[in-house]
Amino acid sequence: MSLINEAIPDPAVAPLSRLSSRVGRATAALLPPLTALLIAAVVGDLLILSFGQSPAAVFKLLLEGTWGNAYGFGQVIYKATTLTFTGLAVAIGIRAGLFNIGAEGQLAMGGFCAALVGLLLPVGTPAVVAIPLCLAGAALGGASVASVPGVLKARFGASEVIVTIMLNFITLAFLNWLIATKLNVAESLHTPEINAGAVARLSSVIDAFRGSAANFVLLVALAAAGYVGWYLFRTRAGYDLRAVGLQPEAAEYGGVKVGSVWLRAMLMSGALAGLGGTNYVLGYKQYYEEGFAAGAGFLGIAVALVGRNHPAGVVVAALLFATLSQGGLAVNAVVPKQMVDVLTAVVIIAVATSVPEVQRLLRSTVRGGAK
Amino acid sequence: MIVLAFLVQTLRIAIPYLFAAAGGVLSERAGIIALTLEGWMLTGAFTAVLGAHYSGSPWVGVLCGVAGGVLAAALHAVACIRYRGDQVVVGIAINLLAVAVTRFFLRLAFDSSSNSPRVVGFEFGTGDGGRGTGVLASLANPLVPLGVLSLVLVWWILYRTPFGLRLRAVGEKPEAAASVGVAVHRIRWIAVLGGGALAALGGTYLALEQHQFTDSMTAGRGFIALAAVIFGKWEPRRVALACLLFAAAETLQIQLQGLQLIPSQFVEMIPYVLTIVAVAGVVGRAAPPAALGKVSE
Repeated sequence: MSLINEAIPDPAVAPLSRLSSRVGRATAALLPPLTALLIAAVVGDLLILSFGQSPAAVFKLLLEGTWGNAYGFGQVIYKATTLTFTGLAVAIGIRAGLFNIGAEGQLAMGGFCAALVGLLLPVGTPAVVAIPLCLAGAALGGASVASVPGVLKARFGASEVIVTIMLNFITLAFLNWLIATKLNVAESLHTPEINAGAVARLSSVIDAFRGSAANFVLLVALAAAGYVGWYLFRTRAGYDLRAVGLQPEAAEYGGVKVGSVWLRAMLMSGALAGLGGTNYVLGYKQYYEEGFAAGAGFLGIAVALVGRNHPAGVVVAALLFATLSQGGLAVNAVVPKQMVDVLTAVVIIAVATSVPEVQRLLRSTVRGGAK
Repeated sequence: MIVLAFLVQTLRIAIPYLFAAAGGVLSERAGIIALTLEGWMLTGAFTAVLGAHYSGSPWVGVLCGVAGGVLAAALHAVACIRYRGDQVVVGIAINLLAVAVTRFFLRLAFDSSSNSPRVVGFEFGTGDGGRGTGVLASLANPLVPLGVLSLVLVWWILYRTPFGLRLRAVGEKPEAAASVGVAVHRIRWIAVLGGGALAALGGTYLALEQHQFTDSMTAGRGFIALAAVIFGKWEPRRVALACLLFAAAETLQIQLQGLQLIPSQFVEMIPYVLTIVAVAGVVGRAAPPAALGKVSE
């Protein structure tokens, strides 16, 4: 299957009005994720029944614990913030025809570098200076990790999938070593608290969010989504990037330097994943802690896939997976929270496999209707 | 004696790698990316413990382990071969699924979120009259020779049987293979299921050696095996050497732990760094099978 869901104009659809082709495109984009959710719901029912519980009650509990109260919703927003960054990271890579599996390591490195900048700044540095510096540190940290697969792909054509997988382990081992030997607070696996660069929580403005980790890095995430959308669809460089993703040979023939587009896409992808680390480090704990990434990098793949590699879709998909993740905690007393991890995996598999099948089906019905 | 202890420990560490890498070679040479080795191993480890727990026999454990791996591989095959899903995405999802499903059923079966109760293993040295309590006793496990033979078996299949010839053709040029009447999908199915069974044996060995299943117990070994497959350039003999090399580095690190020469985290990096160097082509390019990861109609 192709990971890129470019709406290729179908000659049979062309005579239809612009509006109805838009509706068709939206349906084509939405159907696989919706099918996947349906399959996941069925699997979820079976798992809940295997634990001797009532599916309706468990799903009700899941919704109440997430969207049903301000604290739960705040936690969903917090988790969705990190996932938006990693989802955008994976999506921009896929748009360029690159599969960045390394978001996990880039996220961790970004968080670490944000903490490092925050530690190096003197106490009392004004937030307007400190926060941008910490954000820049995070982006740079993530991009520096991603530069390895970027350069190796552009220069030697080395598979970015293999390099990023391997680099995850290397990055995490390196960070673990730094934390274990150089920077930790005694008896812990985290750095000291940062001197400057802390981002306020949403609860400082809206009291109802009290206790939840949701913070104003959320705005950075939304800005990043806006920027990626503008870059991909409104700039020349973004057009080149998408062209390379669809047909590298054709883009090369058209005068695009494929290698440098790949490198740039990989650096942007790494920077986005790295920024994700600030949600935890600047907005929540104010220190870097070993293992904070906890799979959010890998989940970025699911977010990008379900979000159809579109920034708006990524934000919605990030909310969906954040809801599942927080919902797992809400139902843990009744059924093991791993149920939602199973559902997440089922959604990914279903989306990955249903895309060509569903679209073929859809295309044939659209053709039938147009005749 | 130190040398012997070193070799024995290297071999013990290498056995899961050898099994999983054999499965990886089988699957990847047929054109299906084996990112799922980790998930297949973990599933195998869990079902092996289930089997051993309820039957009290390690052999039933082995059978159940293989069955679990084949089941997980079948899911991979359905998604990637039948429905042409992206192999990398599906692979990552199945790894996630294996961690989640084993945790879920760990709670369902044993009411624990960390580990299963103790199960039987292949003990020959301990408990029955002290027959050989030395370092060699740990090798008195039928899975040890099987593990050593696994890559030999895969080599023999690939290069000495008509099936192996077809399998390699399917991995390099599926259209050409199909045009001369080779059933591409069937061969890929067999390769993936066989790969799942082999990787699961690696997980089974781990679980029976430790006499229990612990949460996420494969701890990245499937990825080290994948690194060995790539570093060994998809060629069984080189892959076997890569497995032994990675295991030897790990053993050395364990043995020298007291000396604090190199931090353990840097030793952990060795397989991954070598693999990146190999795919970057600095010393002899590692080129995958031509049709690896490509969808075949």
